[in-house]
Amino acid sequence: MTRLPDHTERKLGLVIDLDTCVGCHACVVACKGWNTENYGAPLSDQDAYGAEPSGTFLNRVHSYEVTPETGAAQLVHFPKSCLHCEDAPCVTVCPTGASYKRSEDGIVLVNEADCIGCGLCAWACPYGAREMDAAAGVMKKCTLCVDRIYNETLPEIDREPACVRTCPAGARHFGDLGDPESDVSQLVAARGGIDLMPEQGTKPVNKYLPPRPKDTWEQTDILAPFLTPVADSPQGFLGWLDRALDRL
Amino acid sequence: MGHLEPKLDLSPKVSDEIRKTTCYMCACRCGIDVHLKAGQVAYIEGNRDHPVNKGVLCAKGSAGIMQVNAPSRLRAPLRRVGPRGSGQFEEISWDEALQTAVDWMAPLRDSAPEKLAFFTGRDQSQSLTSWWAQAYGTPNYAAHGGFCSVNMAAAGIYTMGGAFWEFGQPDWDRTKLLLLFGVAEDHDSNPIKIGLGKLKARGARVIGINPIRSGYNAVADDWIGITPGTDGLLILSLIHCLLKAGKIDLDYLTRFTNAPVLVNEDPDSPERGLFLRDAKGKMLVLDRKTGLPTAFDAPGVKPGLAHGYRRAGITHRPVFQLLAERYLSEDHAPEAVAERCGIPAARIHALAAELARVAFDEAIEIAQPWNDFRGDRHGTMIGRPVAMHAMRGISAHSNGFQTARALHLLQILLGTVEVPGGFRFKPPYPKPPEAHPRPNAWANPGQPLAGPHLGFVMGPEDLALRPDGTPARIDKAFTWENPMSAHGLMHMVISNAHAGDPYKIDTLFLYMANMAWNSSMGTGRVMEMLTDTDPETGAYVIPRIIYSDAYSSEMVAYADLILPDTTYLERHDCISLLDRPISEADAAADAIRWPVVEPDRPGHAGVRGFQSVLIDLGARLGLPGFVAEDGGPAYADYADYITRHERKPGIGPLMGFRGDGSATGRGAPNPDQLERYIANGGIFVHHIPEAAQFYKPWNTAYQDWAVKLGIYDSPQPYIFNLYLEPLRKFQLAAEGHGDRQPPDHLRARIRETMDPLPIWYPPFEGAAIEVDTYPFHALTQRPMAMYHSWGSQNAWLRQIHGQNPLYLPTGLWERHGFAEGDWARVTSPHGEIVVPVAHMAALNANTVWTWNAIGKRKGTWALDKDAQEATKGFLLNHLIHELLPPKGDGLRWSNSDPITGQAAWFDLRVRIEKITAPAEAKPAFPPLKSPVGHGPKDLAWKVGR
Repeated sequence: MTRLPDHTERKLGLVIDLDTCVGCHACVVACKGWNTENYGAPLSDQDAYGAEPSGTFLNRVHSYEVTPETGAAQLVHFPKSCLHCEDAPCVTVCPTGASYKRSEDGIVLVNEADCIGCGLCAWACPYGAREMDAAAGVMKKCTLCVDRIYNETLPEIDREPACVRTCPAGARHFGDLGDPESDVSQLVAARGGIDLMPEQGTKPVNKYLPPRPKDTWEQTDILAPFLTPVADSPQGFLGWLDRALDRL
Repeated sequence: MGHLEPKLDLSPKVSDEIRKTTCYMCACRCGIDVHLKAGQVAYIEGNRDHPVNKGVLCAKGSAGIMQVNAPSRLRAPLRRVGPRGSGQFEEISWDEALQTAVDWMAPLRDSAPEKLAFFTGRDQSQSLTSWWAQAYGTPNYAAHGGFCSVNMAAAGIYTMGGAFWEFGQPDWDRTKLLLLFGVAEDHDSNPIKIGLGKLKARGARVIGINPIRSGYNAVADDWIGITPGTDGLLILSLIHCLLKAGKIDLDYLTRFTNAPVLVNEDPDSPERGLFLRDAKGKMLVLDRKTGLPTAFDAPGVKPGLAHGYRRAGITHRPVFQLLAERYLSEDHAPEAVAERCGIPAARIHALAAELARVAFDEAIEIAQPWNDFRGDRHGTMIGRPVAMHAMRGISAHSNGFQTARALHLLQILLGTVEVPGGFRFKPPYPKPPEAHPRPNAWANPGQPLAGPHLGFVMGPEDLALRPDGTPARIDKAFTWENPMSAHGLMHMVISNAHAGDPYKIDTLFLYMANMAWNSSMGTGRVMEMLTDTDPETGAYVIPRIIYSDAYSSEMVAYADLILPDTTYLERHDCISLLDRPISEADAAADAIRWPVVEPDRPGHAGVRGFQSVLIDLGARLGLPGFVAEDGGPAYADYADYITRHERKPGIGPLMGFRGDGSATGRGAPNPDQLERYIANGGIFVHHIPEAAQFYKPWNTAYQDWAVKLGIYDSPQPYIFNLYLEPLRKFQLAAEGHGDRQPPDHLRARIRETMDPLPIWYPPFEGAAIEVDTYPFHALTQRPMAMYHSWGSQNAWLRQIHGQNPLYLPTGLWERHGFAEGDWARVTSPHGEIVVPVAHMAALNANTVWTWNAIGKRKGTWALDKDAQEATKGFLLNHLIHELLPPKGDGLRWSNSDPITGQAAWFDLRVRIEKITAPAEAKPAFPPLKSPVGHGPKDLAWKVGR
């Protein structure tokens, strides 16, 4: 089994804003494109033009309906990828050391050269965040775009994960969650960011910002002054109009 | 095992080269950075410098690599060898294909040019395609607006000189309250998402008004699950509340709208309801200083609203009084409309109050002086930070034009149009109806048309009628049935051509429109019309069909000659201010596409950009403008046309780098223009000066800037049409006034629907049937990750949206005892389908819906014939008819808006029954033979191995 580092210098991860995510799948496909062409084996697709196509994706968006006790049902879009846990069970379960967590920045990666495709890590991950590539026979997972974020051939502004760069609504943020002063940590603090399934004890680095309360219509009587009638007859309305124009 | 870390290459080379062009995975036209390795597309991401998407990119855009390599790409010109609709073709050479087209088209031009009907679908080159059709001389040209969103576009132009999306946008940086009406998850894709992100980041409020709570409506702070087709009722009720409370911007209304313009009220006059004008034709208002009628634009005039004016015994009252009288009526009270809208009255009051609070109590002010067209100087720019956006959800109903008008009226009464925090126009808009052409529809053998086909009619005199009163156009655009059909009626072309009503045609020439599948109402019937033969001669009723598409779509099988187009990464294009622009509210912008990879179809005759083919055909046919003085082709190809064509002296398709490269807007053609665009990232952006950025229709600084750029030839200030006088002119005709008279059977409908002030009436289809028999509204939405048919050939996108259940609301689901995996029969007055269903709680209780255009015909798009899109996917189109159910009067009544002719897709009503799960969705059609074979089984795509 594989050891986790005792300590990581940074905790790089994502902050995903569930109040803003419109469920457009832009992050899903940007990730698919980048990671097909870059790190390791391409993300393959089986039966690509057939009855039931299925392929490897490192990031998927799920949608859940929530029906509150009172008020209208809501739809929450929930993008999910590896959460780069501090206590990553997918690493400790790996029989070959292929799964590992970088001590420098906490990113959890698979060294494909050592991966035997046993699938134990996917079983161990409580989030279902790893996918076995059917063509390459190796385990694939979010790399946090480790080949972008330090890439000196890219302009500095582009050294962020592909999913963050592409997100049209600005619902995805990247940074060091180990630094309480970082923008992402501040955002988590301000918006009450949460861990996914904390009871699993995995200490995920990625955080989710919960949806803000919805359908909180202010009481009509609070807004009533805004609709106080200016007159109680058509003649009265014209009189108000005349006076109002005089004041312009 | 100890903690071991391999050494990683953290700076791998991303690409050999980045080529910047324009996306075409949907209609939004974002900028993309195409990364190439060894000449192949390796990765696509958003262009950070592009005005539309500012670096971000949606799922479709990022999946472009699977489009440019799609196995469904056509490879060579095709000639039909089997019966129409079989998909049996042989590949032919380009010379043969072009000669065939010329042999068909040339004799028609010399005898009866109207017998060529040229309609383009999701065409982004209408400036060229319409010019070609004008030169050919057929009146029968339009693009797809008639079945898309013409109600929204036309109502916007007629009311205020522009609508949403390409015409204008919310002031995303300043608005504090956004209302989204009937916006599916698309247009405009990335800008709305970027904008919503900005609003969310600063805590501004978003209210979604839509029967379905998905996508943008899912993240809205508040959702109003309105009953389809009743948006106009809701909006007019909001207007009622605001008027009653005096929460309207009177200063704005008197200065910038026709609220003060005097209207003739003489019940006996042929001018009843028309404006009082002076000898020069200027609209008159009552000046509060002098008490005299005065031209609306006279310097120093202080227009009044509260008093009428009597002249020669005739009462004239300001528009505003007619408007107040109508909407203050208790018929428009929230309590009177709540049930029909499916919204509690208290919520309508609350929404009106919130609009009033934000518009007036949270008004903003920018310290920027400006001058208006009357010569008045304003010290600051006042903003009312309420913005609205709407699209097809309110547009695709038979009451959509008046509903869209009502929405613009609401914005204008609040004073939120072209002000900080409100709705802002994007150049070349604002542009009032008067500044657009009138329709031209008079064909003469061998001659070009006198002017553009499509335009804005200002009264019965502008209708496209032949001397005998019959329609001049095959789609019956600009006739009494739909006088203001500014985008034509593409959805009526096949039906009318098949019926020979108003006349027969010879050649149907289509580009990029899947009319044999998801773009037609009543898909099965359209397939029959396309294959129907004359029993006597055995010839096809529609004798010849030429089609251009890049992919093996359903429509390909129904054509006789296929001119294969390139994919979007293999072609030149211009995103032009003469066409559908991509400007921003504070800048004019245009862009190009260019072949970032060469079209490569090894072993086949290859493909050509349709626009280049059209230019070639123009030259071969000898069309004016397409032939040089020496008799040779005027343009080598589309790129040459983009560079050298001048629509007016100095004005060409692209505004940037003109003349010696330093001129913008106006300037001689520059042979290096495309190279300059490529070097500039494929775009050109020209900013509007600070003092000209708001109040554009009235702001002299904007008007002068627009003239300098070439958008106008002279300043054209105008006022907004709360009251739309051209509508009243049609009503007058229907009342018996004037030379041009409608047929009697249309008089009542014209009187009732062409009201010069916005009205609401029930959608026609619901009014024509027993609604208890068809109790549910049925809608489609386009998902964010799929565009029309195009996405289904995309190996990545079809994994996201490969299936489309019919979503049913909770009450219906429970009443029928539906469970996961169940199927239902869905019946409309026009047909039935059998489809898989799913439950959705966040849905109007009387509405069912599904994703648009997921269903596919077997054998198309290079998919296996057991692809889920072909076995479980389905279209609602089978349930929709381009005509209303028969009324027993022997007449054909079209299922369209009576003002614009917009296809009323969303008036559909159905009933639902649970049935035993069948083997596949119904109707099922036999497989088409694929002209391109099938895609590979598996993909592991990596170009830089």
